[in-house]
Parts: sequence; C-alpha cells; structure tokens
Amino acid sequence: MTALRRSGAGLRGYYWLMLALLYLPIVLLFIFSFNANTILSFPLKGFTLEWFQKLFMSPNLLAAVGRSVIVALAASAVATTLGTMVALLLSRFEFRGKGTLTSLAILPLLVPYFVLAVALLILFRVLGVPLGLPTIAIGHAVVALPYTTLIVLARLLGFDKQLEEAAMDLGATYPSTLRLVLIPIAAPAIASAFITAFTVSFDEFALALFLAGKDPTFPVYLYGQLRFATTLPVLIAAAVLLMAGSLALILAANRIRQR
Amino acid sequence: MTAATEQLPTGAGRSTDPRRRTFWLLSLPSAVGLGLFLILPILFMVALSFRNDLSGQLLAPFAPTLKQYAKVFDTGSYWNLLGISTLMAFGVATVATLAAYPLAYFLAFRAGRRAGLYLILLLVPFWTSYLLRVMAWRLMLDSSGVVNSVLIGLGLTQDPLDLLYNRGAVVVTLIYVWIPFAMLPILAAMGRIDVRLHDAASDLYASPWQQLLRVTLPLSLPGIVAAFFMVFIPTVGEYVTPLLVGGTGGSMYGNIVQAFFVQAANWPLGAALSVIMLATTLLLVVIGLRIVQPRRLLAQ
Repeated sequence: MTALRRSGAGLRGYYWLMLALLYLPIVLLFIFSFNANTILSFPLKGFTLEWFQKLFMSPNLLAAVGRSVIVALAASAVATTLGTMVALLLSRFEFRGKGTLTSLAILPLLVPYFVLAVALLILFRVLGVPLGLPTIAIGHAVVALPYTTLIVLARLLGFDKQLEEAAMDLGATYPSTLRLVLIPIAAPAIASAFITAFTVSFDEFALALFLAGKDPTFPVYLYGQLRFATTLPVLIAAAVLLMAGSLALILAANRIRQR
Repeated sequence: MTAATEQLPTGAGRSTDPRRRTFWLLSLPSAVGLGLFLILPILFMVALSFRNDLSGQLLAPFAPTLKQYAKVFDTGSYWNLLGISTLMAFGVATVATLAAYPLAYFLAFRAGRRAGLYLILLLVPFWTSYLLRVMAWRLMLDSSGVVNSVLIGLGLTQDPLDLLYNRGAVVVTLIYVWIPFAMLPILAAMGRIDVRLHDAASDLYASPWQQLLRVTLPLSLPGIVAAFFMVFIPTVGEYVTPLLVGGTGGSMYGNIVQAFFVQAANWPLGAALSVIMLATTLLLVVIGLRIVQPRRLLAQ
C-alpha cells in the first residue's frame, strides 16, 4: 500500500511539473501582452494596457478577426449539418457502403493538412473558383467534419433505439420521429459539435494559408504580421483576448455535452 | 470494413417508405459534400501529378506522363527530406506518447474526484491558438529567451546557445504542442479498464510495476497506438511550425510542397510530392488501424 501511495505522489508530482511546463510559454505571452516594451524580452519594463487599446484601433486586425468569425460560422454550420446527417446514417441505418462512409467521414483526420490544402487548391483552380472566404470555409468544413460526426455519433450510439420505436408504434412517421425524438436527443451533442467545429476553424492556419485570397483570416493575418516587431505586442494582446474567448466557448461546449 | 449486412428497407413492412425517403434525404447531401470536396479534390490532385505542366484547359483530356514522379525519384533531396520528416514525426510521436502516458494514468487511476478539473487544466494549452503557442516557443528559445537566460544564470554556458531555427527547435515545439492531445486516446483506453483487475492483481501480490506491465499496459495498448498515430500523421505533414521556429535549416517535407504552390508555382511537381505524402501516410495508417482495431475505438 505504501508503494501505491508513493507511486500516486510521484504521478501527482509529474502531473504538476508537466502542467507547469505546458503553461510556461503561454504565461510568458500573457505577461508580454501587459509589458510596456515592444521588444519581447526580459527584464520587464512596466505594466501597460496600451497594446489592448491599440488593438481596438487597428482596423485591419479587427477586420481579420471578423472574417475569421464569418468563416468559422459558415464552416461549422456546414460541418455540423453534414456531421449530424452522417452520424444519423451510421447509427440508425443499415446500408451498403456504410464502411466506406465511416472511412470517408474520418479521412480528413488522417490526411496531412497540406495535402488536403493542395487538393482543394487544385479543385478550385480547375473549377475556376476564385480564392476567398468561401474557399477557406469549405476547407475548414472538411477538416471539422470528423469531429462533428464523432461527437454526434457518440451521443446517438449511447441512446436506446426503443425510444424511436415507441414513437413509431404510437403512429409517428419516420421524419417526425426524427424531428421530435432523435434530433432533440442529439441536440446537446449537435451544439457541442458546432462549437468544436467553430474553434477548429477559427484557429486553423495550415489550410487557410493555401486557400486564402486577398482577405486574410485572423491566423493568416497574424502570420503575415509576425515579421514586424513593433506590432508584435498588439498581436499578442489580440491573441490573449481570443484565447480567453475560445476557452469560454470550449468550456461551454463541455458543459452542454455533459447534460 | 464489414460486408453490407442488409439492404434497406429494414423494419418489415411498416414504415418502410418514410424511412427510405429519410435515408435518401440524409445520404444525398452527405454523398455530394464528401464527393465534391473530399474525393474529387484528391482525384484532381492525382490527375495533376500526371500532367506535364499547367498549360491549357485543366479539365481537357491530356496525355499522362510520369515526368513529375521521375523528377522526384531522381532528386535525392526530396526522399531525404521525406525520410527526415518521417523520423522527426516518429520521434515527436514517441516522446509525446511516452510523456502523455503517466498523465493519463494519473487522471484515470490516481486523480480521484477532481479528475475532471485536472483534465480541463491539462487541455487548456491545447485550446490556445496554435500559431501563438509556436510563437511562444520562439520567445523561449530565442538567444535572449527563457531557456538561455536560465542556462546562463546557472552558469552552464557563457554565451547564449543557438537554440532557434533548427530541427531541434521544431521537434521540441511539436512535442510540447502534442502532449495534451496524445493523452486523450490513452485516457479513453484506460477508462475502459475494469479497476477490479487492479485489485485482483494486488490481491495476487503483484507489485505496482508488475501490475503496470502485466495488466494496465497491455489493456491500454490500443490507446497508445492511437495516440502515436494521432500525433504522427499531423507531424509528418507539418509545415507551419518549421516556418516559424525551423528557419531554413529546419524545414520539413511540407515546406517544399508549400513552396512549389506558393512561390515556385510548379503545381504538377507539387501535386506529385503531395500524392507521395498521402500514400505514405495512408499506408502507415492502415498498418496502425490493423493494430488498434477501429471498431473498438468507435464503440467507446
């Protein structure tokens, strides 16, 4: 028993050590976002809110954030709708090609992002679709699809089919059973899937860099600005704010899913 | 995957028709979406890799050529870089999985009632902007950064070391980025272990180490393999982290492909390189899936 307790203490110590290591770089950024110096190095010069003020006076930055929100909303709407459909098919129907559908829905998780980006770039070029926010949104919908599908599927698989059978025994047609029983059952998972897809898209850079036209999303804008040392603190301030926002969203998603 | 079990309609007679209509209503958009934006792009990419150049109508028929692949095979540096990227991804995935295993073990068996909170704390860094986390490592490894300050402070080195802009920096940053993610599938696998097996093992006088090696480790193996591949796949195709902390000396396979599309505009060659990467990854995935058995993972 003492050996067990000792291993428990060792593991606990390891956990806190890793936690400290994981947070160190982020805390560093956080500190610099309040530091009164454009150069990101120690010693610190003093506390300032200047960077947060400047951030709200930078129209390009705000426009980029706005574009990211639009792209993320569109991408997660598409990914959640398709993901829910695929999850319903996989959990409630037997059909030929079920294995293929499963593989396809998970495929974006297994393909390196730059390969997917290259493939989509070629598609848009062949079809003559100009690059812009819609092309980024399509790319993000594709990479978010495995997440939305798996989240909704987990919920649907956890639910007894008897509920639907009862509804149909009571005379409900299948579409109304779907609308009145299945969708409400899956609703928390659907909401959680939407939020997950939103955060995936909002933070995505590897695909967006390939698929962005002249109007960059926030990560692409951030990347473009990294070269200019003077704007760095403002960018970090913006990212710290967004980090807080996305954290709140994810905690909300977890709350909803656990209902 | 399993062979088709039965065709629609299921449920005998009753409600056959509305179910079938619903089936089509659900499957048509799914098929169109996946076909148009997942299958078609990959097919076009493969087709482009057999083209001579980008001239003319891209949809028009063309005489396929193996020129691009021949170019890739002839140029040793591409294979070199693919090998290096694979090795880097192997190292990152191995270290991240090893580092994540005790974390998952702690959360699954030792954290007690507060396991949920401990889990969230661990995942917060993973939900932070990816670019920003990578950038934070630039501040860590910089010549005036934290690591160098500590090393100089401890008297371990006089002059700051060149820690940034090399493959080591890329590997360290990527390990950091993936540890919380690698922990998740291991934790899921451990969650399915019956805790009574641990009691049984200690009742039979197994030492904690024997218990770990003979009970927990074999039972969590699917999670370990899943964690490895969930880190390996994105890492082998990584190009963003090398752009930020790798510099010219730290570039990976993804970087040359990106250069072919963004700067050099040699799309057919870039497509051929992408096809090779896709084939490599899928091959490794198939091997991985053989080991972990996806049905068990999906059924969780």
